[in-house]
Amino acid sequence: MSNILEIRDISRSFHGRAVLQSIHLQVERGELFGLLGPSGSGKTTLIKLMTGMDRSDSGEIHILGEKVPKLSLLKRIGYMAQSDALYNELTARQNLQFFASLYGLSGARRNERIDAVLRVVDLLDHKDKTVAAYSGGMKRRLSLAISLLHEPELLILDEPTVGIDPVLRQSIWQELLALRDQGTTIILTTHVMDEADKCDRIGLIRDGHLTAVDSPAALKERSGTTTLEDAFIVLGGGVLA
Amino acid sequence: MRTRALALRIIRQFLRDKRTLALIFLAPLLILTLLNFIFNGQPITPNIGTVQLPAPIIERLNGTDANVTTYTNQEEAKQALEAGDLDAILSLADGKPDLILEGSDPSMNQAILLRLQKVMQASTPTIQPNITYLHGKEGMSSFDYFGPVLIGFFSFFFVFMIAGVSFLRERTTGTLERLLATPIRRSEVVGGYLLGFGIFTLLQATLITWFAIEVLGMYMVGNFGLVLLINLLLTLTALTLGTLLSSFASSEFQIIQFIPLVIVPQVFFSGLFNLDAMAPWLQKLSYIMPLYYGADAMRGIMIRGESIGDIQLDIYILLGFSIVFALLNIAALKKQRAI
Repeated sequence: MSNILEIRDISRSFHGRAVLQSIHLQVERGELFGLLGPSGSGKTTLIKLMTGMDRSDSGEIHILGEKVPKLSLLKRIGYMAQSDALYNELTARQNLQFFASLYGLSGARRNERIDAVLRVVDLLDHKDKTVAAYSGGMKRRLSLAISLLHEPELLILDEPTVGIDPVLRQSIWQELLALRDQGTTIILTTHVMDEADKCDRIGLIRDGHLTAVDSPAALKERSGTTTLEDAFIVLGGGVLA
Repeated sequence: MRTRALALRIIRQFLRDKRTLALIFLAPLLILTLLNFIFNGQPITPNIGTVQLPAPIIERLNGTDANVTTYTNQEEAKQALEAGDLDAILSLADGKPDLILEGSDPSMNQAILLRLQKVMQASTPTIQPNITYLHGKEGMSSFDYFGPVLIGFFSFFFVFMIAGVSFLRERTTGTLERLLATPIRRSEVVGGYLLGFGIFTLLQATLITWFAIEVLGMYMVGNFGLVLLINLLLTLTALTLGTLLSSFASSEFQIIQFIPLVIVPQVFFSGLFNLDAMAPWLQKLSYIMPLYYGADAMRGIMIRGESIGDIQLDIYILLGFSIVFALLNIAALKKQRAI
């Protein structure tokens, strides 16, 4: 059993307000791990600490055996931000070419990977359209495609399906499950309960505290509830209506 | 390689943004052309009214490029002056010339006094001095004198704005964060911006300089390559300063707010206006203004034909500004990513 991510006693506060308090977490290789919590609970802050965009006040994060932040580590991580960070003036292919070059891909290998990820997110027919002409769902898929370009060992996705219609969400989830089956570790955040149900394990996060970490079934059992939603409330210290 | 990829992306974005391209390349040409018309236009022709002057004086006055109207009495002339039909009234009082100026426009006052002087001088023969010019030439217009500074200013101004806004937009749209989630170094981000924008600013500098000299006929005795070099250094300073300051702005509007703080004072100290009348300690402020060095070098090359040796101090200082701003920018990016 090897931990791909190890978070030890992480705390982070902004302007005197604690956003994350004493977080401990381990994620194993090959897992699909979900961070479930309402908006403002500290999910994105935790993600930013993992990618090294932000520095914690105390505690350590290790990814793939290396201490975060480390530049070379970013080559092995795929990241998809909550907002679609795309260059609207450029075509999908130009966006992919740009990010592929940043990950050190070039020549035939680069084109091969670009076609491969476009196929995965089903945008191959739209690759020469400018992103400005894309719908919200297409932009989301393109963002996902960019995070897959360099075949990362660890995929960190911040709300990957927010604002996407149910049909498309289904197809993205199929893709994520397929990636997991191929051995990619995936950490994602969500505030949708039925999505969390599909994860191998989930961490419930609320007001900066990680209140419980377990498989969806175990969490329901532990709290004596039948839905994850109820489990979330009970384990977070609330009372069911 | 990452630097090149970033530069290529910036160039591609530019090519798709026709309006910004036009702003960079056409706006400076338009403004320079307008300024050319203003400073190089027809000489001023004052309207002078005369009251009971001897015919020879009127004749001489006519010969000095002025519209002369004769009035029979002072009252009539004064009415015309108040109505704005005249710029001055010349009459004789007790045998001495008496001049009343309209007076609101200093350059008009000067022009009239100059003509009056000529008329007076002509009545007593004087020895004409032999005049030669060390630099410049006879009949050089103010446009020729302002021109080199203006070329530098426009390069500086437009690059400052566009670089600032572009870098800001990268931050506000989240692409900077996305960019920094890749293994790119902070120095490569700044380098990519320098390279990508550098290519456009080089083209811009070439176009503006060529247009000013060849099309508008600005006075130029120096080396074209040197003018380009200075212009390029000046735009690099604008580029690094623009991107650096955009780190302290949270919207496009706040970039605009930098104009009165950063751009306008530079115009005052750039040499467009003569600083000799200013308090000496205030004059020293010009030493921290990049445009001052750029303007000094541009004027030196174009009007005095100075060589690279004469302007090397300006070159070093402009380079120094760019390097310092770029390093500060790399440091400021730490705000976005810890490493």
